[in-house]
Amino acid sequence: MKFKLTFWRVVFIVIMGLGLYSTFIRFFYGLGAVSNMSDQFPWGLWIGFDLLCGVMLAAGGFCIVGAVYLFNVERLHSVMRPAVLTAFLGYVLFIVGLLFDLGRPWYIWHQLIYMNPHSVMFEVGICVMAYTTVLFFEFLPNVLERFNLKTPIKWIKKIYAVLVVLGILLSTLHQSSLGSLYLIMPSKLHPFWYTPALPFLFFGSAIAVGLAMTIFESTQSAKAFGRHLELPVLVELGGALLVALWVNALLRFEDYFHRGMLGQIVKPSYEAYFLWLELALAFVIPIAMLSFKKVRLSPNGLYLASICTVLGFITNRLNVSLTGFETYVGHHYMPKWTEFSVTLMIIAVGFALFGLAVKYLPIFPEERHAVKQRLRTETGPVVATAVLGHAGD
Amino acid sequence: MSKALLYDSTICIGCKQCESACAQQNKLPYDDEVAAEPVQSEHKYTVVLAKSDKFMRRLCMHCEHPACASACPVGAMHKTKEGPVVYDVWKCIGCRYCMVACAFAQPKYEWRSLNPRVRKCIMCPDRVLAGKQTACAEICPTGATKFGERDDLIKEAQDRIRQNPSNYVPRIYGLNEVGGTCVLILSNVNVEEYGYPASAKIGDTPMPEYTGRVMSRIPDFIPVWTLVLGGIYWVSHRREEVAAAEAEEKNGSAR
Repeated sequence: MKFKLTFWRVVFIVIMGLGLYSTFIRFFYGLGAVSNMSDQFPWGLWIGFDLLCGVMLAAGGFCIVGAVYLFNVERLHSVMRPAVLTAFLGYVLFIVGLLFDLGRPWYIWHQLIYMNPHSVMFEVGICVMAYTTVLFFEFLPNVLERFNLKTPIKWIKKIYAVLVVLGILLSTLHQSSLGSLYLIMPSKLHPFWYTPALPFLFFGSAIAVGLAMTIFESTQSAKAFGRHLELPVLVELGGALLVALWVNALLRFEDYFHRGMLGQIVKPSYEAYFLWLELALAFVIPIAMLSFKKVRLSPNGLYLASICTVLGFITNRLNVSLTGFETYVGHHYMPKWTEFSVTLMIIAVGFALFGLAVKYLPIFPEERHAVKQRLRTETGPVVATAVLGHAGD
Repeated sequence: MSKALLYDSTICIGCKQCESACAQQNKLPYDDEVAAEPVQSEHKYTVVLAKSDKFMRRLCMHCEHPACASACPVGAMHKTKEGPVVYDVWKCIGCRYCMVACAFAQPKYEWRSLNPRVRKCIMCPDRVLAGKQTACAEICPTGATKFGERDDLIKEAQDRIRQNPSNYVPRIYGLNEVGGTCVLILSNVNVEEYGYPASAKIGDTPMPEYTGRVMSRIPDFIPVWTLVLGGIYWVSHRREEVAAAEAEEKNGSAR
């Protein structure tokens, strides 16, 4: 096989090169050399984006698994495997990202033995570790199927109900707890973002972004891998997204209303500009778009609305973790280029792994069908494909 | 009964001997250059700030209910019963949540180190356990930093304000702030001018309570939510089973 140098491959190689350089700086010269974090800004881009946004972007896994298995929304079956794959990759990469950010990553296992049950960080850590394990088992059938290993698939099928319930339980806990992390700093975080409702807002936004990300990645994969787009599924997700956005918007409004902030959020200020950007991207534009039936039925409309939603909630979480502290600290924090390059490298690796998984594993329905056909001719009937309950594909 | 420090800025002469004693006690470098640094850092746990002829000391407040200890996922920070909030470096994973959580921004970090530690005043726990004063209190030539039982020091501070009301802002900073601290401050200027957070802003509620309200519900939430999720799963799949059984029955009777 000849290696062809395409545009995206060049981009990938450049990103990896810069990322590896930054990795070298991080582990041979320390956090101070690689980042603009300081005693005033102990948490920077890696917590704000890699942790807070990363976990949110991987929420599609539990949203879709929940819809399919808890509420029996059969129609969403076809997007479940990509959603679980995205979630699994997302969590693994997020843990890799954490290894860059932790000052003493080689002691990460201390989390398991020196437990402090009062710490929100402890809860997040344990839940993320446990949920990543659950995702591993939810993802495993893809690999087992590929190699036609029937017995372990049967075992996983037996405990699948437990995996589903456990996965959603753990997701509920840590998605909301990411918001709870900030509850301990009422005097530091700007009142636009500090609210006792933070855990609810974080959980709500995880669901909205989980749905938006599923639309985004389905469309994106269809484009990238030349796959047939399952419009009815996207339309269904678009409808759910609209509802989720309305619920989130209502929660935000209620929160500002009860805290008497409505007057302040409309007054221009440094923080207000960021808040407006966030509210426009996360609520105003996507809700307006999705309110038109024409948009809800068009692949491009759904694609744009979901990108807008994702960007909006990313802005929200960066506001909570970075913008909201600038007034307290008294100066701005701008990540160093090496911080950006590590984050970019992790994202690039994520895209590459996703591509590889799609290429070699039965992630998409047609592929599953093809694998099934192939295996059938080679080894006779295959029970394996029934595992994730998509016998009807 | 916990030990505490009372710092009275009206007696302080700004000699910075507390800074150098602290550095010596904690084996930190101290020279004229460090003495001139007007900020706390990983090599300067306490600082004496000067504004015109007035001085103010900053150091870890050793909260009665420390946010850092509650925040630490591995319990590397903890409050001793004697008063000091101490740090077990061998547990630390370097997440820096303590730094973000602290309302007084006291924990500092060794950003340049490859095996970085969190650094802050730990109130000389070895000396305190041995029944001695902290290094800074021992060396203070005017008694501006005084070591003792927290309750006794509060009484003394109240007496000082009562006897000399014109000399003080009539409050003891640290008496009730964030639920009380083991460093108490008397002053004739507002401590906020020296970077201390305003009392009104941090309030009297211990910071760990804000997260505790959520965390304390989790043990109840887990079984309830598991039952709800399991229940929904069971119901929706039971429906499927019933439908399948009915379909089979129909087929059977048709035959």
